[in-house]
Amino acid sequence: MALQSRILTLMTLSFHIIYATIGVGVPLMIMIAQWVGIRKNDEHYILLARRWARGFVITVAVGVVTGTAIGLQLSLLWPNFMQMAGNVIALPLFMEVFAFFFEAIFLGIYLYTWDRFEDQRKHFLLLVPVALGAAASSVFITIVNSFMNAPQGFDVLNGELVNVSPLLAMFSPAVPTKVAHVLSTAFMTSAFVLASIAAFRLLRGSNHIYHKKALFLTMKLALIFSVATAIIGDFSGKYLAEYQPEKLAAAEWHFETGSEAELVLFGVLEGEEPKYAIRIPYALSILAHGVPSGEVIGLNDFPEDEIPPLWIHYLFDTMVTLGMWLAFFSFVYVIGAWRGWSIVTRKWFRWLTVLSGPLAMLAIQAGWWFTEVGRQPWILRGYMKTSEGATTSGQVDLMIVMFAGLYVILGIGTVVVLSRMYKRNPVEKELAQRESVKGGEE
Amino acid sequence: MTLEIIGISVLWLFLFLYVIVASIDFGAGFFNAYSAFSDKQHILTGIIQRYLSPVWEVTNVFFVFFFVGIIGFFPQTAFYYGTTLLVPASIALILLAVRGSYYAFATYGAKINHRGYIYMYGLSGLMLPAALSPVLAISEGGFMRLEGGQPSLDYWALFTSPLMWSIVVLSIAAVLYISAVFLTWYAWKAGDEKATQLVRKYALVWAGPTIVTATGIIFELRGHNPEHYASLLDLWWMFALSFLLFLGTVFLIWKKRNYGLAFILLVGQFFTAFFAYGASHYPYLLYPHLTIYDSFTNESMAIALIIAFIAGLGLLLPSLYLLFRLFLFDKDYVKGKSDYHA
Ligand code: HDD
Ligand code: HEM
Ligand code: HEM
Repeated sequence: MALQSRILTLMTLSFHIIYATIGVGVPLMIMIAQWVGIRKNDEHYILLARRWARGFVITVAVGVVTGTAIGLQLSLLWPNFMQMAGNVIALPLFMEVFAFFFEAIFLGIYLYTWDRFEDQRKHFLLLVPVALGAAASSVFITIVNSFMNAPQGFDVLNGELVNVSPLLAMFSPAVPTKVAHVLSTAFMTSAFVLASIAAFRLLRGSNHIYHKKALFLTMKLALIFSVATAIIGDFSGKYLAEYQPEKLAAAEWHFETGSEAELVLFGVLEGEEPKYAIRIPYALSILAHGVPSGEVIGLNDFPEDEIPPLWIHYLFDTMVTLGMWLAFFSFVYVIGAWRGWSIVTRKWFRWLTVLSGPLAMLAIQAGWWFTEVGRQPWILRGYMKTSEGATTSGQVDLMIVMFAGLYVILGIGTVVVLSRMYKRNPVEKELAQRESVKGGEE
Repeated sequence: MTLEIIGISVLWLFLFLYVIVASIDFGAGFFNAYSAFSDKQHILTGIIQRYLSPVWEVTNVFFVFFFVGIIGFFPQTAFYYGTTLLVPASIALILLAVRGSYYAFATYGAKINHRGYIYMYGLSGLMLPAALSPVLAISEGGFMRLEGGQPSLDYWALFTSPLMWSIVVLSIAAVLYISAVFLTWYAWKAGDEKATQLVRKYALVWAGPTIVTATGIIFELRGHNPEHYASLLDLWWMFALSFLLFLGTVFLIWKKRNYGLAFILLVGQFFTAFFAYGASHYPYLLYPHLTIYDSFTNESMAIALIIAFIAGLGLLLPSLYLLFRLFLFDKDYVKGKSDYHA
């Protein structure tokens, strides 16, 4: 049942990751907007924070639902794996639950206490645990995933796990790059998604300064986190070269071990020869070791049955290309907006901005598929194959259909509810209302 | 106390907390749907939205805590229960999704108050206990076979078992009873006389079925699992205490006084019964395959988990206190006088 279990896992995780990314990134964006609003005493930024928060509750709720699904499905679909892994890596999973508690509690309080405090800074402080809790939960789950890629902290003696060290297992070599990359991509993607929304409102005829402030703020943040992402991504490549060379080699169609290796972008594979590809000399050696003379291990050095599927090449290329594009694009926007270039207010440029949110989300998907498929055939690299970890239950097919239906409904529901919510209560109307309330008080 | 006992006690305690908070949530949804059906919607909806909307995510984490915790402390349960529960647990997940999306789409979001949705949300509150509680029946043994070393569930035996059905009925009755008693108190605090009278009536209606089915299950067990039955009888005094607490709650609700105390007695009633049941189940997690001893994790993991748990509680308890102070004990909020929603 390994194939069906893989399909269902892939489906649930790919869906959850959309909401999880927003769940990790958006609280920070709300925090920044609210802070700027308080500091500058600018009603627009405060309202921005408030409106983002309203949408955020909805994505969080769906994130909680899908997260509960994947959490339970890990045991339902991979009982043999969880039985083994539970002995070694249960600690971060358990700690994650406390992060959820923390986030859920303070989110409830934050949402239901707008304007309840005289001092707005008190309300702002309630958001800090929300952002910390969300970031912590992604850190813990990424630690679990790192362990699957670079297991350590135990010995196997006659098929038994001995000498287990939960802390050593938690801090596997994959952790630093993975955690940093996951966090920075979540922030980057959330910034682009919010920028897309602002750009879309501007295109739809609203010329309100509110949207312009939102767009400039989010694009600045997007630029910062895109650059961070690219730098950390480079370190991720070095991690792979050291600890999971087969994944990097498969991603790059690199068959023969050698130095001065070139980076292959796109193309098709004929035998061992990439055709129609863009080749960047030395770039793979630089990605792997930082110098052109770095030796990169090739696929021919690995046993045939331990090589990941070669199509992950396209996933890697998609992620990297999008990463480069988004960093470049946000750079042009920020410089342009700052220097007053007129192209950044052109229609086509705005449409490109609208596109950037979905593109960033696509890069996240490509990145996860790349790491997870690139770990195949292992579920726990070097110890357990994916096929050995799967359930023996025969009813997974039916569950795939059921959950596919559920995710379609939840996905459509999210879009419909969010767009309806904002359409019914446009910014202009809300700003006017707040003005009149204020006027009445004075 | 051994590490095994500490582990299972922590998990059992959190499961108990989930049973209470989730029952309130599930039952309230059902009453809401029922009152929409009988055109009394305005009486309950406000109260339900004020109390449940800010806390349902917290309720859900109690559930996550339980299933993550049990894999942590007793990894072998993943093998037995994980393999066999695929279908019932997936159904439960879908039902949980119905509830979560109701909060997301109907109460936070665009206020889709379509009747069909309200009914689905209400019904999911009854179907969830029905989908989750068969796990208790399975744990009594006799429904799981090992084929070639792989466990599989005997659905026919399960669905024709009176024990399973009594547990299902009990879970539904208990959900409605717990929820009604809590809502009586909450409505009374909100100063909503009409709502109080309505839910008070529900509380009295569901008290009887709850206690009758609970007693019935003890007798079912005599035939199904004599070993467990014997250890239940050894703890008869705890069940007797539980019964007295039950009488206390019903008396107070009947006399229309001290609704707060009535709810506390109810928590006591379920606490004693739940722990007596759990203790009598000892040491089995699954008769006769799995005990807490042979499924336990290694010692270093157990100690690490317990330390994490204590540290986690240090964070959790003050936060929960804050949450309850703002939404359960704050007079203005409960009465709906202040609305600070984003
Ligand atoms: C917005 C999304 C996004 C963008 C623009 C990038 N990445 Fe990425 N990448 C991810 C989103 C992502 C991810 C979804 O977060 C992954 C999947 C698993 C992980 O640890 O992070 C990932 C994994 C990942 C890995 C595998 C790590 C591992 O398996 O342990 C490498 C080598 C890179 N990335 C490298 C890069 C480089 C060189 C980029 C150049 C700009 C880049 N990424 C942009
Ligand atoms: C195998 C992978 C994963 C599992 C098992 C998992 C599990 C869960 C569970 C059980 C919940 C619900 C918690 C609740 O009841 O409040 C949840 C929500 C959440 N998850 Fe995941 N998760 C996974 C992947 C991820 C990743 C990769 C991230 C971040 C990058 C993430 C971030 C979050 C966040 C922030 C929430 C809170 C809800 C939200 O804000 O959207 N999760 N997850
Ligand atoms: C943190 C976010 C994660 C995401 C987005 C993610 C994504 C994915 C994807 C897309 C697949 C499908 C790969 C394939 O079918 O070849 C997959 C497979 C899998 N993942 Fe992950 N994964 C994450 C973390 C985890 C964690 C923390 C665990 C376990 C504790 C886990 C367990 C698995 C398992 C068991 C499979 C099936 C084996 C496989 O096909 O690779 N994943 N995951």
